[in-house]
Amino acid sequence: MALVEIENLSVEFPTQGGIMRAVDGVSLKLEEGEVLGVVGESGSGKSVTMLALMGLIPFPGRVRADKLAFNGRDLLTISDKDRRKLTGKDVAMIFQEPTTSLNPSFTVGFQLTETLRLHEGMDRKAAERRAVELLGQVGIPSPESRLSAYPHQLSGGMNQRVMIAMAIACNPKLLIADEPTTALDVTIQAQILDLLISLQKERNMGLVMITHNMGVVADTAQRVMVMYAGQIMEERSAADLFASPQHPYTAALLAALPERSEGGRLATIPGVVPGLYDRPKGCLFSPRCAYATEHSRTVRPALKPWAGGHIRCHYPLGDPNRSAAINHDHPVGTEAAS
Amino acid sequence: MAAPPFSVLAMLRFILTRVSLIIPTFIGITLLAFFLIRLVPGDPIETLAGERGIDPVRHEQLRKEYGFDKPIIVQYGIYLARVLQGDLGKSMITQEPVLNEFSALFPATIELALCAILFALILGLPAGIIAAIRRNSIFDHGVMGISLAGYSMPIFWWGLILILLFSVQFDLTPVSGRIDVLYYIEPITGFLLIDTLLSDEPEAFWSAVRHLILPTIVLGTVPLAVIARMTRSAMLEVLGEDYIRTAKAKGLSRFRVVALHALRNALIPVVTVIGLQIGVLFTGAILTETIFSWPGVGKWLIDAIFRRDYPVLQGGALLLGVVVMSVNLLVDLAYGLINPRIRHTR
Amino acid sequence: MTTETMEAPAVASPTATPPHPLREFWGYFSANHGAVAGLVIIVAVVLLALLADVIAPHDPNITNTTIALKPPFWQEGGSIAYPLGTDPIGRDILSRLIYGAQLSLLIGIVVVAISIAVGTVLGLVAGFFRGLTEIFIMRLMDIILTLPSLLLAIVIVAVLGPGLMNAMLAVALVILPHYVRLARAAVITETSKDYVTAARVSGAGTTRLMFREVLPNCTAPLIVQASLGISTAILDAAALGFLGLGAQPPSPEWGTMLADAREFVLRAWWVVTFPGLAILITVLAFNLLGDGLRDAFDPKLKR
Ligand SMILES: Nc1ncnc2c1ncn2[C@@H]1O[C@H](COP(=O)(O)OP(=O)(O)O)[C@@H](O)[C@H]1O
Ligand code: SF4
Ligand SMILES: [Mg+2]
Repeated sequence: MALVEIENLSVEFPTQGGIMRAVDGVSLKLEEGEVLGVVGESGSGKSVTMLALMGLIPFPGRVRADKLAFNGRDLLTISDKDRRKLTGKDVAMIFQEPTTSLNPSFTVGFQLTETLRLHEGMDRKAAERRAVELLGQVGIPSPESRLSAYPHQLSGGMNQRVMIAMAIACNPKLLIADEPTTALDVTIQAQILDLLISLQKERNMGLVMITHNMGVVADTAQRVMVMYAGQIMEERSAADLFASPQHPYTAALLAALPERSEGGRLATIPGVVPGLYDRPKGCLFSPRCAYATEHSRTVRPALKPWAGGHIRCHYPLGDPNRSAAINHDHPVGTEAAS
Repeated sequence: MAAPPFSVLAMLRFILTRVSLIIPTFIGITLLAFFLIRLVPGDPIETLAGERGIDPVRHEQLRKEYGFDKPIIVQYGIYLARVLQGDLGKSMITQEPVLNEFSALFPATIELALCAILFALILGLPAGIIAAIRRNSIFDHGVMGISLAGYSMPIFWWGLILILLFSVQFDLTPVSGRIDVLYYIEPITGFLLIDTLLSDEPEAFWSAVRHLILPTIVLGTVPLAVIARMTRSAMLEVLGEDYIRTAKAKGLSRFRVVALHALRNALIPVVTVIGLQIGVLFTGAILTETIFSWPGVGKWLIDAIFRRDYPVLQGGALLLGVVVMSVNLLVDLAYGLINPRIRHTR
Repeated sequence: MTTETMEAPAVASPTATPPHPLREFWGYFSANHGAVAGLVIIVAVVLLALLADVIAPHDPNITNTTIALKPPFWQEGGSIAYPLGTDPIGRDILSRLIYGAQLSLLIGIVVVAISIAVGTVLGLVAGFFRGLTEIFIMRLMDIILTLPSLLLAIVIVAVLGPGLMNAMLAVALVILPHYVRLARAAVITETSKDYVTAARVSGAGTTRLMFREVLPNCTAPLIVQASLGISTAILDAAALGFLGLGAQPPSPEWGTMLADAREFVLRAWWVVTFPGLAILITVLAFNLLGDGLRDAFDPKLKR
């Protein structure tokens, strides 16, 4: 039994201008102890996907799925009460902005022990002892004295460590890290990533590492899921995906990596992620894709099994008949939608 | 061990800074009082002394006393020195020192104001919180509609309407005063609700309560509306914060998320607003006391205007201004106490 | 593993385009039923005020003691000739209310106009010249804000002498700080932007800059504040009238009407009910409008 099973998940937000579909037909399986990287540009629905798994989609968002299960529990029909026993205990999440993610009016100690007392039923004394232990484990110096500190008195990196300590407090089976280093100084980023990886190994937790940086997943994830405009574009083992990307979008993301750039120039993908008003009819990436054809502009490709994973493209890069198929379907040049 | 995050020194510095910030305000208020009284038509010395038709000898003596022969800045200095010693002149009518009259009447105003703010809090906080949680529900729209009406209420009319309904129509509440005339209550604290309990006439307490009901509602209406609106918007803002998402991600109960994690932060702006409402409250007290013949400082000030009792007007307004300023300072300090971010910066 | 459908998302059709700003503004505004109701009421009150001579059934000041304290028409003893009844000296209440609308609107507009004119100039000066000028102006505004507004107005009127003119001046002074703060904040944000620096470098005079470049950028908050200011002005002026410090009898100002009617509260409910209701409805309408405008100008803040 997989730890996480998601089938055909959609999340929609009604807005003034119409219904915003932030996540569109996402399916995903995650085994115990597996590390999954989720990448994609900002606004591609990475966070919303994982918030849906956590049951944290804010009103008036709507979640629909054929299946949404964690550790064998059906999350679509679970009661609020049972769900709260899972969240924060068996599945935990840390966020992009550590400083605003901690409550400014309570001490670090209070916020940390709160979780322990709720899920583990510890008394104040025991929870405080455990909190000190946890702060030590996440590499916070002189943890005893930090218990009485307020979040605004700690640096961003320290706060993220506190968030991590809070997340692992009840030995979760799954930890979701939503861009855990994006808001931090470059020097701190590596430390936090190392900490997450070592904690994952030690405890054999499932780990979902959300990031918009391909480099981050390269050396951490076993499997990578590439998202674009709410859809999965490619989902394969990390080794395969980095060695031979099959989707033009993945290839473009990889080309944008500093160490892969040619001639010292950083490649960027022209154009932006489509929003509410400019969502293409066909392939969502077609306005920015170098290989788009009339066919991809009018017919949305399905997510199909490919090269040991899944891909959503009419013309996978590794397809031997690719050129013929593209030529047959009238290529339309490379101009990007403005 | 690192320095304790809560240091007495930082606290002291915070308090001193805040206290020093009100000095210019105090000087401003005294300047205003000083100059305004000089704009009153007629002989300024008679106005200031609170005596009419003074004989020339006394007039000359007073001239010296107030420093009218000296530059205006010296006159202001004399005035300020007097104010600081608690000398605010004496009433033209009663010849009583203004400060004494004020102190005798002020408890009645405070009693009314406290009841009103309590009334506003008890209804306004829960209404605002529930409206925020049930955003866009009928309850939410109802609370917001009613509070906008309350906010737009001409309270002098509201008082008359309540009298019309409760006193005239149903004969439930008295129309004026603090207590039935048949009771004589020895003023101990000045608060009738307490003094009646200390007296040997238990029915007097209920009489005081019945007299308080309508004025409390009238004076509490605008603060109630403001508190409900403010609580709602503060809660809505806080409920969208990252740390609320964190609290939910920890698996905390809905009640704990709202009542602890959200409310604690939402109260910060609400406390500020309540503080600002204290000023509005004293304004409202002037109208409320006039309608219900409530023997407080508000009615006293209005009476002074019609009796052309300028020393009372000058001193009373100054005292009220100082009271409001001090309350604002206290609110500011309380704000620092409940908001650690404020306490540690500055 | 996935059952993938090819249909495009329900609403996000490729032809949808973002709406024009003005349309969007009206969209937000008209979606707010309260704001629209406020606007409708204001238009109605303005029409009543403008057409008072035509609409009012009687002269607002003609007294006739033989018909004193007639109840409204639906009550026993009332007559349709005096729909809302008559006051203690036989004046038609409806007619007085209609003429009172003229006064109330006039008060609101004049007070806010004075306040905006003086306030923006002070604010612009404070924002442009900074330094001591700014400290002095802003400190003064802080003091005015600290003092309870009606108390300040009462003291000023008490000194200047009761009357509508002085009451309006006092109220204008009391609401002044809002406009000063707004204008100053606008100047400070605008002057930090490049185009103002550029205009300065290219030799545009300060006065020109103030009025041509900066002022248009704070019109939105000024309009909102003006709407809310009118409601405060009407309310405070009525309160002064009620205390006998504002418009003097026999003026049909609504607050003054209430002051006259006070002693009849036990005998004739209509003489106190209608003037206050008129104040409440008008003030409420301006507040609704102000709230609606604010939300429509800044949809992000809308909650
Ligand atoms: N509460 C919300 N209301 C409306 N739209 C939202 C909300 N949350 C997210 N979205 C939209 O969903 C899309 C995906 O967001 P997100 O998952 O945060 O992207 P990312 O991949 O950067 O994490 C974005 O376009 C965002 O605007
Ligand atoms: S379907 Fe066509 S447009 Fe879309 S990614 Fe593949 S090649 Fe590009
Ligand atoms: Mg995100």
